[in-house]
Amino acid sequence: MAAVQSGQIDTEEEKEIKSETSNDGSRNNSSNDGRPLSVSPGTTSSGGSVKSSSGTTEEQQTLLAVLQFLKKNNLSESVEILRREAGLSEESEDQKGSESSATGSGAGNKDMGGGDASSLLSRVSIASSPVTAVAAQAPSKVGAGDDRPDVNVVLSAYSQQGDPALYDVYYSGLKKFIESVLDCHRAELSQVFYPLFVHMYLELVYNNHESESKAFFEKFSGDQECYYGDDLRILSSLSKKEHMRGNETLLDFRTSKFVLRISRDSYQLLKRHLQERQNNQIWNIIQEHLYIDIFDGMPRSKSQIDAMSGSLAGEAKRDSNKAKVFYGLLKEPEIEVPLDDEDEEVENEEGKPKKKKPKKDSLGSKSKKQDPNAPQQNRIPLPELKDSDKLDKIMNLKEATKRVRLGRDTLPSICFYSFLNAYQGLTAVDFTDDSSLIAGGYADSTVRVWSVTPKKLRRVKSAADLSLIDKESDDVLERIMDEKTASESKILHGHSGPVYGISFSPDRNYLLSCSEDGTVRLWSLQTFTCLVGYKGHNYPVWDTQFSPYGYYFISGGHDRVARLWATDHYQPLRMFAGHLADITCTRFHPNSNYVATGSSDRTIRLWDVLTGNCVRILTGHKGPIHALAFSPNGKFMASGATDGRVLLWDIGHGIMIGDLKGHTDAIYALKFSRDGEILASGSMDNTVRLWDAFKAFDELETDDFTATTGHIHLPENSQELLLGTYMTKSTPVIHLHFTRRNLLLAAGAYNP
Amino acid sequence: MADREERRFAEVPRESVKLVAESAGVELGDDVAALLAEDVCYRLREATQSSSQFMRHAKRRKLTVEDFNRALRWSNVEAICGYGAQDVLPFRSIKEGELFFVEDRDINLVELALATNIPKGCAETMVRVNVSYLDGKGNLEPQGTVPSAVQTLSDDLLKYYQQITRAILGEDPHLMKVALLDLQSNSKMAALLPYFVYVISGVKSVSHDLEQLNRLLHMVKSLIQNPYLYLGSYVRSLVSSVMYCILEPLAASINPLNDHWTLRDYAALLLSHIFWTHGDLVSGLYHQILLSLQKVLSDPVRPLCSHYGAVVGLHALGWKAVERVLYPHLPAYWANLQAVLDDYSVSNAQVKADGHKVYGAILVAVERLLKMKALSLSRPAEGARGPGAGRQDPGPPPGHRVSSPGLSPPPEPLSEAALGIASHLQAGGAGCPWEAWRPVPLPAMYGELYSFFGDSLAVRFSTGPGAEGAGAGGAGGVSPPRALPQLGMAAKDPPPGPAHPDTARKMPQLTANLSLSPRRDGSPRATGPAPPSLAATGLSRPLARSSSSSSSSSSSSAQRSRASASRAGQRGAGPSRDVFPKARFTAPPAGGGAPTFAFLIGGRQMGRRCQGRRPFLTAFAPAAPAPPSLTSSSSSSSSSAIATAPPPPAPPLPSLPPRTYAHKLPVIGRVSKPVHRGALSHYSLHLPL
Repeated sequence: MAAVQSGQIDTEEEKEIKSETSNDGSRNNSSNDGRPLSVSPGTTSSGGSVKSSSGTTEEQQTLLAVLQFLKKNNLSESVEILRREAGLSEESEDQKGSESSATGSGAGNKDMGGGDASSLLSRVSIASSPVTAVAAQAPSKVGAGDDRPDVNVVLSAYSQQGDPALYDVYYSGLKKFIESVLDCHRAELSQVFYPLFVHMYLELVYNNHESESKAFFEKFSGDQECYYGDDLRILSSLSKKEHMRGNETLLDFRTSKFVLRISRDSYQLLKRHLQERQNNQIWNIIQEHLYIDIFDGMPRSKSQIDAMSGSLAGEAKRDSNKAKVFYGLLKEPEIEVPLDDEDEEVENEEGKPKKKKPKKDSLGSKSKKQDPNAPQQNRIPLPELKDSDKLDKIMNLKEATKRVRLGRDTLPSICFYSFLNAYQGLTAVDFTDDSSLIAGGYADSTVRVWSVTPKKLRRVKSAADLSLIDKESDDVLERIMDEKTASESKILHGHSGPVYGISFSPDRNYLLSCSEDGTVRLWSLQTFTCLVGYKGHNYPVWDTQFSPYGYYFISGGHDRVARLWATDHYQPLRMFAGHLADITCTRFHPNSNYVATGSSDRTIRLWDVLTGNCVRILTGHKGPIHALAFSPNGKFMASGATDGRVLLWDIGHGIMIGDLKGHTDAIYALKFSRDGEILASGSMDNTVRLWDAFKAFDELETDDFTATTGHIHLPENSQELLLGTYMTKSTPVIHLHFTRRNLLLAAGAYNP
Repeated sequence: MADREERRFAEVPRESVKLVAESAGVELGDDVAALLAEDVCYRLREATQSSSQFMRHAKRRKLTVEDFNRALRWSNVEAICGYGAQDVLPFRSIKEGELFFVEDRDINLVELALATNIPKGCAETMVRVNVSYLDGKGNLEPQGTVPSAVQTLSDDLLKYYQQITRAILGEDPHLMKVALLDLQSNSKMAALLPYFVYVISGVKSVSHDLEQLNRLLHMVKSLIQNPYLYLGSYVRSLVSSVMYCILEPLAASINPLNDHWTLRDYAALLLSHIFWTHGDLVSGLYHQILLSLQKVLSDPVRPLCSHYGAVVGLHALGWKAVERVLYPHLPAYWANLQAVLDDYSVSNAQVKADGHKVYGAILVAVERLLKMKALSLSRPAEGARGPGAGRQDPGPPPGHRVSSPGLSPPPEPLSEAALGIASHLQAGGAGCPWEAWRPVPLPAMYGELYSFFGDSLAVRFSTGPGAEGAGAGGAGGVSPPRALPQLGMAAKDPPPGPAHPDTARKMPQLTANLSLSPRRDGSPRATGPAPPSLAATGLSRPLARSSSSSSSSSSSSAQRSRASASRAGQRGAGPSRDVFPKARFTAPPAGGGAPTFAFLIGGRQMGRRCQGRRPFLTAFAPAAPAPPSLTSSSSSSSSSAIATAPPPPAPPLPSLPPRTYAHKLPVIGRVSKPVHRGALSHYSLHLPL
């Protein structure tokens, strides 16, 4: 979308952006030069991929190139900034960190505890100096990538060509060869077809062999795997060299190498064949555009390959999933028991005896012992608990004791929240953790908040009225509320486009919403006004979510970059670049140290909040991913896509461990029960399905071989895991939520 | 992608590109157009691809215009405005150009911005929770049913609904009036609209009860006139109910004493009102309704009352509808009608009375058609050339303001609605499946119609300017429809030169006259004087008429000139007067009597429309004494009903002695029984007209 621009306009725009960045730099001199990254989705992605794959020397070179480019354009300020950022020493970083903490608090001074927050931030920045350095690569690449000639360079890789008439022969020759090899190799080698087909087709198109390219497409497109259908459709609409300029999908093919995983034997076979035939055309393509990840050992079976393939750029490289992930939960803070006991006594009087003590103990002991897989408690700085948070924790614990233990035989009750008369088009829903509030984001750019409990929503009184209140009185919290404003629902106006994602803060004081207008907004649920508009994504923001500990939040959108923000900073703390297409959904890991992003490039990436690195790339979906959920223990993840399948992942090993088939339409909601034993999925096909997550994870034994090779063995029949299918009243399910007592809440808009 | 062969992309043809370029004033070569077309296709595909992600994120299955516009906006292309509505936009086709287009009407933004009649009562967005499954198994309600309270009615609204329906369908006329008035002005009952529409659709079950039908129709009228209601798709249901009353052989019409004619008239009025005021909603229906009217008209098995309904329905839809449907059908239909009218047997009396009704209705419709056509022709002619052959213009500009045939419509939407319907008619005409239709030039049309209706038509047509024309020239009576001379009515002198400017000058008067005419013209169908004239001339085929026309026309013109002096003041008188001379019985002694009489009936017709005609019937039974009172009431009602038009005929009326009516009344009766039983006038008075 962004790319349909003529070159003329482009260069102008670029200038503008450049000057903007320099202004930026001079103004805040901040550690986080995230802003320039948002220039253009296509180029940022290229920056990202380079960043993740290139060595240090290459980085140096690109940096130099960028510096030169900037100099040439008389952007001396930028040059200085860049130089300072990239090359240089720790103390400059330090300096910047403190500076940013000073300047950064200007945007949103909210009640996160002013001084506390800024010190938090400075810790973040200091601790993460390597990250900022890495992040700084991105703008540098933007400089180069945004340069039109550079794109031409990318394209001109196709300029070398053979006889167009022979492409057909080459391809069918290879096809014949692969069909004739042994069965065990055939499945592996067949992977080559798709990328080869794409690049040969593009080469033909690039060199203006329109009729040949058309014939080539007609002849061989039918052979490709059906899950590439979407991309093939885009490809087939490309028939001219002019079209190639600015086509995003094409840029993805060009800027990233298609990754194949092939066993050494199969690879040798292919290599020998191509060399014997002197088939340089194909060999060149393989050399240039394909990345073949060779492993030793048995070739994989067809089903194994199919399970993992399907993403825009092939499978993930094995080493990209090697990094250690601390998936364990953080230790729960100790909460004073006396308060709890008091309440318990009250409860006892009401006639709910016993049971509670042992349970609480078990919970307490669980939180006491340190999980070996957990990150350090202070790996990333987290806000300190306020009194109200502690109260909430206590409530949570108390509720937890009344929790229904779910399982195969005790399925949850389901309540459905229907949004009626939602002419405006409901696009997003969220519940608070304690299920007291529900919010809906609408296509008419409003956000509506309802109280689910009898307690009405009230606004804080105006400043003038507040000054009249007796601050010493016990019920001051009650007194500050304006009774006159009590109502069942409130409407929040502020966005200028459909609201695609909303998220409540854990303490229920804030609400985040992200919209097509490119902003993320923070709303106060005390005053029901907008507090901050976070600008940074210059394109639609598809999803946002608060960290489970509050304070941080993540957003991702059409610009293919996920951003990590803190509520009191108007600029992002981290930018996660690497996806090849829109980021469609974002989720925080329960321990808040990682974020997962799903994308329409059909991959899921897990990012380390501390370092900003991509620590997992999970492939296997055949459609854009629209739902993600972490299991409560942090070990597993579930993802749902438009292909109607739910995939289960082991985060520690970075492998797929389950494929739940059943839905017939896009999945928009996934949620684990509070104990992690049931997985609920909600879909556009108007059903909620419950899956036996306990069984799926329990039967799992991950041997070292699987862990190292990444070869997966999925259970044959996912239907055994399906516990139930529940129809809604012709209402698509767009959100699911388990209450603290494990009652399942589903929500959607009824559209006749 | 084995199925790629059948899934080809939609492609924009080269011709379209060229056409668009031409409209922008650029001439394109073939190869350029081909290149552009290909690029356009590609860009469209690209935009569609990127728009689909907006759909996905809005969690919808349906790609909307909104999504597409967002995609365009994000790729720096101007969004396309004006297609945001939920309803499908019908594409119209133009046959010759193989072009498809969407009707694009101008919207007065000022009116829109200042509009106060924004519909209220849209249900609020809300969240409702229900326990769907207990412990994952209990199904409290069957799976997959629709939520129970999508739009809940408050108790107040329900009460209101009950009160209103009870009042309208109940006995008390006063209550009914109040209820209707409230229905017409209440701004908070939008939620009840479907319920009322449902009640109204009950017309089909009470077709035996005229009173109820009438009340339901009044309900329709109130709903239509309520400015706070957005009828939306319910207007279709309303239209079908109204059409039922117009067209169906209602059970009530079996009894000749039931005045179902009034009901049909009223329903037709309502229909026209719907089209004038809600033209935007029903424009898609227009064609359909024309077709169904045409079907009824061309079905000889249908009873005459249905035919009557079809004719008044067409009349209500405007003169263009008459021109398109009724006029081409007339020759075929005439034979049937004539057979009925010519049958003097006793057993046929009832049917024949009905036949006269139809005759009258046709005459009214046709006359208005002629007048409107003349008017529409003269307008452009006025500007271009004075005495030229303006009538040869192929057609009037479609947006020509046509005054409403029925109730006086609300002032502002009139011109717009007229434009919409008329242009629709044109578009529909091109693409329509009926027999190829081309506008008949006015003279030819007049000639043909004249062959059917004889002088009654001629005089009416010429009334306005004719009054003066008659004074000026010998054959001045025929001057305004300059058609006549060209018709091949050789006997007639071509009108003298001065007649033309005269015509042009007189046109405004004609307009005023015209809006009156449909109503006033109601009279002849009641009097039904046609058969004699036909009998006299002895022709059934339209063209045969021309041969014998000389005699009849000369006689009529003579009479006309004779009458003209006295008629100068009272124009409406003409028609029936002209009919009478040709009646089998002796022509009335000329002058005063007959014309006045005709007018009287006209007045009555009007009154009838407003109030029902029972007063007339009862008043008429005693024959002589009744009319005086009638006259006054009817004239007053007529003037009130036609607020827009100056009522020229009003003044002379009261001055006429009541005795004249009494004297003339038998003439009506002659239509049936008296023909056979001698001139026993009072028998005839019991005829249900």
